[in-house]
Amino acid sequence: MAEFEPVLLANIDRDDSHTLRGYESQGGYNGLKKTLKKCSPDDIVNLVKSSNLRGRGGAGFPTGLKWSFLNKKDHPIYFCLNADESEPGTFNNRILMEEDPHQVLEGIILSCYATGATTTYFYLRYEYPHAWNRVQQAVDECYEAGYLGKNILGSDFSLDIFLHRGAAAYICGEETGLIESLEGKRAWPRIKPPFPAVEGVFRKPTVVNNVETVACVKQIVDRGADWFKSMGVPADPSNPRDAGSYGPKLYCVSGHIEKPGCYEAPLGLTVQELIDEFGGGVWKGRKAKAAIPGGISMGILSADEFDCPLDFSGPGKYDCLGLGTAAVVVMDETVSMVDVLHNCCQFFAHESCGQCTPCREGTSWALKMMQRISAGKGRLMDLDLILEIGDSIGIIPGTTICGLADGAAWPMKNAIRKFRDEFENYIKETNPDGCHETVPVPALNLQASH
Amino acid sequence: MGTVLIDGVEVEIGDDERLNGIQAAQRADKEVPHYCWHPGLSVVASCRMCLVETGRRDKETGDISMVPKLVPACQTPATDGTVFITDSEKVRAARALVEEDLLIRHPIDCPICDKAGECHLQDYHFEHGREERRADLQPFTSRRRSLGDTVTLFVDRCVMCSRCVRFCRETAGTSELMVVNRGTHEEIDVFPGFPLDNKMSGNVVDLCPVGALGDKDFLYQQRVWFMKGHDHVCGGCSAGCSIRVDENQDRIYRIKPRENQQVNQWWICDEGRYDWHYIHDGNRVAGPQRQADDQAVEWEAILDDMDTDLRRQERIAAVLSPFQTVEEAYLLAQYVRSIDAEALLGVGPIPVSGEDESFAQNFTIRAEKCPNRKGVEHVVAGLQGELLNWEAFQEKLEADDSIQAIWVVGGAPLGSECFSDETGACLRRRRTLIVQELFPSPLWNSADYQLPTPAFAERAGSFVNCDHRLQSVDWAIRPPAGVYTDGQLYWRLLNRTGLFQADVVRRELAADIGYFTLAAEEIPLDGVCLTLNHLATESTMVDSA
Repeated sequence: MAEFEPVLLANIDRDDSHTLRGYESQGGYNGLKKTLKKCSPDDIVNLVKSSNLRGRGGAGFPTGLKWSFLNKKDHPIYFCLNADESEPGTFNNRILMEEDPHQVLEGIILSCYATGATTTYFYLRYEYPHAWNRVQQAVDECYEAGYLGKNILGSDFSLDIFLHRGAAAYICGEETGLIESLEGKRAWPRIKPPFPAVEGVFRKPTVVNNVETVACVKQIVDRGADWFKSMGVPADPSNPRDAGSYGPKLYCVSGHIEKPGCYEAPLGLTVQELIDEFGGGVWKGRKAKAAIPGGISMGILSADEFDCPLDFSGPGKYDCLGLGTAAVVVMDETVSMVDVLHNCCQFFAHESCGQCTPCREGTSWALKMMQRISAGKGRLMDLDLILEIGDSIGIIPGTTICGLADGAAWPMKNAIRKFRDEFENYIKETNPDGCHETVPVPALNLQASH
Repeated sequence: MGTVLIDGVEVEIGDDERLNGIQAAQRADKEVPHYCWHPGLSVVASCRMCLVETGRRDKETGDISMVPKLVPACQTPATDGTVFITDSEKVRAARALVEEDLLIRHPIDCPICDKAGECHLQDYHFEHGREERRADLQPFTSRRRSLGDTVTLFVDRCVMCSRCVRFCRETAGTSELMVVNRGTHEEIDVFPGFPLDNKMSGNVVDLCPVGALGDKDFLYQQRVWFMKGHDHVCGGCSAGCSIRVDENQDRIYRIKPRENQQVNQWWICDEGRYDWHYIHDGNRVAGPQRQADDQAVEWEAILDDMDTDLRRQERIAAVLSPFQTVEEAYLLAQYVRSIDAEALLGVGPIPVSGEDESFAQNFTIRAEKCPNRKGVEHVVAGLQGELLNWEAFQEKLEADDSIQAIWVVGGAPLGSECFSDETGACLRRRRTLIVQELFPSPLWNSADYQLPTPAFAERAGSFVNCDHRLQSVDWAIRPPAGVYTDGQLYWRLLNRTGLFQADVVRRELAADIGYFTLAAEEIPLDGVCLTLNHLATESTMVDSA
C-alpha cells in the first residue's frame, strides 16, 4: 500500500487545481495533445480495452467493451457524462468536478475521440451548484484554449460539451432515465433493447459513462494500460465472467467514522482497511455494527463481514449486490437496524420513478410496513413480507425495467436476514400484543383517525 | 415459417409476422394477462403483468435453454425457436405479486364503478390474484376530476398503465394527457387550461383496463352485465367504422369500437361514439301517416292504398338513401321496378360537413356524413346502367312529366336534414309523393304518404364504405313500435312471405349486380373489399356521377 501514489486526487489540494493554468502546470492536456497527434481513435479504444477498465458508476461494465458496441454507421454519436451522482453516501464525482474539473474534461475529450462522438451532454446533478460553476468555468476555458470546439488543437476532431443540470431525481442516474430526462421527458428508464449504444439520445448511438470512469481514461492514456493493471484484483481464473478489478478507485467513507472523506486506493481494499487506515476508525472509540459497502443500493455488511474486499466481485460474496459506487457508510453499535431499513425504504419509495408496478408498489409497501414497525405496531409476518418483496423486485428476478428496484431490495434482504433477531426483538418489545397478528391491520394513517 | 413453443405447444409464425409473446401465446389459446400493452400503442413493458419465462430451442439438437429471469411477453419477440412458458409456478407467483401490488392502494369500489364486470383488474384478480389481502387496510378514497368534456378520471383506481397517455401522444397526436408526480404519487392529469379535447378522446376510456377513465356520456347509466353487445357499422360517416352497439331492451347505452384492421383499427371518433342519442329522440317519425288524415294510421290501412296509388301512375321514380343498407335500397328498387320496369332511380343528397380529417395509422374521419353512399350508388348504377346523383336525378325529373309518383327515402339524423324547403321542389309537383324520414323534414311534411325509416342501428344488411369495403351486420336494436324497418316494409310490399332476411337479399343482389359479386359468400367480420369489382364497373359510375 505504501508505494501507491494517488493520481485521480493528486491535484485536489492545490489552490488553483480547478483552473486551466493549474491543471496544465501539472501536465494536464499533454495526453490529449499527444493522442490527437499520434493515436487513432481505435488505438484509444484498444488501450482502454486492454486496461480492463470497468465503469465506476456502479454496475462495473467494461468501458472498452461498451464503446465497441456503438453503432458506428449511424451519426452523430453522442456522449453523455453521467454526473447525476445521487447514490446516498457517494461524493467522489463531486470532488473531481469541483476540484479537478479539467481532469474530467480531458477524460471526456479523449473518450469522445475514441468513440467518435462529436457532442457531449454533461448531465450534472441538480444539487451540485458548486460543481456546476466549476465545470462551466472549465468548459469555457477549454473553448478559449482550443481544447473544445471545432478542430481541436488543429486536428480533424471537433467536440462540443453542453452542461445540463438535472432536476434532482435519483432515477436520472440510470443511463436510459438520464437519456429520457435529457430529451426533456419523464425520466422513465427505457426498455432494452435497443441499448443506448444503438439508439440513445435523440435515437442516435450514445455512450453513457461515469465521471470517475472518464478520469480513469485520462490516467490510462497518460500512464498506459500496464500501469492501470499493475494494481487491483486480478480476474478470478475459475470464473470466466469475472473481468477483474484493476486500477485506482475513489472510496468514499462516511457515517460514524473519525475522518469521513473521499480516498483513493487500489481496488480490493477491505472495508476494515478503509475504516482503519483511511477513516481513522469508528468514531468516539465505539465498535462498528454494520456498513454499507457501496451506496445503500448495495445492501448492508455486518461488522463481522468487514474483511469484504471492495472490488467488483467482493461484496457479492457477502450477499451484497456489488461494489456500487464504493461509498462506505459506517454505522456504530448504537444504531438501530430498524431505523436504518426504515430510512432506506423511505429513500427508495421516494425515488422510485413509478413506471414498473413491482417497484412502485413494492417500495412503498415496504415503507408502509417499516413505518408501522417503527411506530410500534409491527407484526413478525411483516419481516417475511418485506423479504418477499425484496426477493421479487428488480431486474435480477426480471420484474422491473431498471436496477433501482434491485437497489431497493438489497437493504431489505440484507438488513432483515443479517439482523433478524434485532428486528424480531424490536417488534416483540414494542408490540407485545399484536406481534403475532396475521390478519391485515389498518394502515398507520387509519389508526391515527381511530 | 418459424416455430414458437408455447407451454409445449408448437405454433407457426409467418415469415413477415412480427409477434410478441402475448400474440404468439394467443395462437396457442393461452392468454397472457396484460395491462399496459395494446397492439395499437408503443410497448412500454411497465405493468409487468405479462411476465413469462422464455428461452430458445436449438434447431439442431432440440435442446432448450431458458433465460434465468422472467421477461415481459409484450417486449419479447416471438421468432423461430423462441420458447415461452406462461403457466409455471414462477410466472404465477409474479402475476399474483403484480395483482397484489395493484390492489394495495386501489379503492376496490367495484360496486360503484362503471367498469365492474369488464374490468381487467377485477378479472385478473380472480384468475391470478391471491385469495386474501396481506397489505394494510387503506382508508377509502375516491378522488375524481374532469379531464375534459368527455372523460372523468377516478384517480385512485388508476394502475398507471399509461395507455391513455400514449394514445393521446401517438394516435390522436394531441398529447393532452400526461403523468404527473413520481412513484406512488403518480397520477394521470392534463396541463391546467389544456383539457382532453380531441376528436378521438373517447378511445382512452376503451383503452383504460380499469375504471379510472369514466365516459361522462355513459357514467352511471347501466351496469355492463345488463347490456348485450351487437356488432354493427357506424352510421356517422363514410369511413364505416366497425362498432359494437351495447344495448339493453332496445335502448342504446354506448357505442364502442370493434377491431377492424381494414377500417378503423381499434378506434372510433367521438362523433360516432356519442352522436347516437337522436335514435331515442321523442321527435322521431313514429309511424305512417297520410297528409289527408293528418294523423297516424295503421300500416295495414296505408300499405294497400300506397301500392294501388303507385300502380295507377304511368311512370314512377325512387330516391334511394345513402343511409340505407344496400339490401334495403335494392329491395325498394326492385319494388318500384316491379310496378314500372323503367322506374327512374336516383341517390338522395349526400350530407357533407367540413373536410376529411386524418390521424395516425390512417384513421380518418370522413366529411361525407352517411355510411353507404358507395353501396347505394352501385345499386342504382347496377340496375339502371346509369348513376343519377341527387342533382342529376332532379334534372331528369324536371324534364319528364310522365313521372307522377315518387318514393323518396331520407333518414338523415337530427341536425343534418337533407331535404330543406328548397330542395325537392320539383318532387312536390307530382301526383303522389311518398317520403320516409327519421325526423320530419319540410319534404316529409308535404308528402302524401309520410313514412318512418329506421336509424342505422336498427337496420340490417350491408354498408359499403368510402374504400369499397362491404360490411354486413344484423340490427342491433329494434326500431320503436310502429316503425317498420325498411327491409321489412319493402319485403312485404314485394309480397314476400315471412321476415326480411338481409342475407337472402344480399345473395340475390350479388347475382344481379356485378359490383356485389363477392358479397355472395358469407361476409367475414371485417368485411370484404369490392375495389376490384368497382374498377370493373367503373364505366357506368363515371357516366353521370
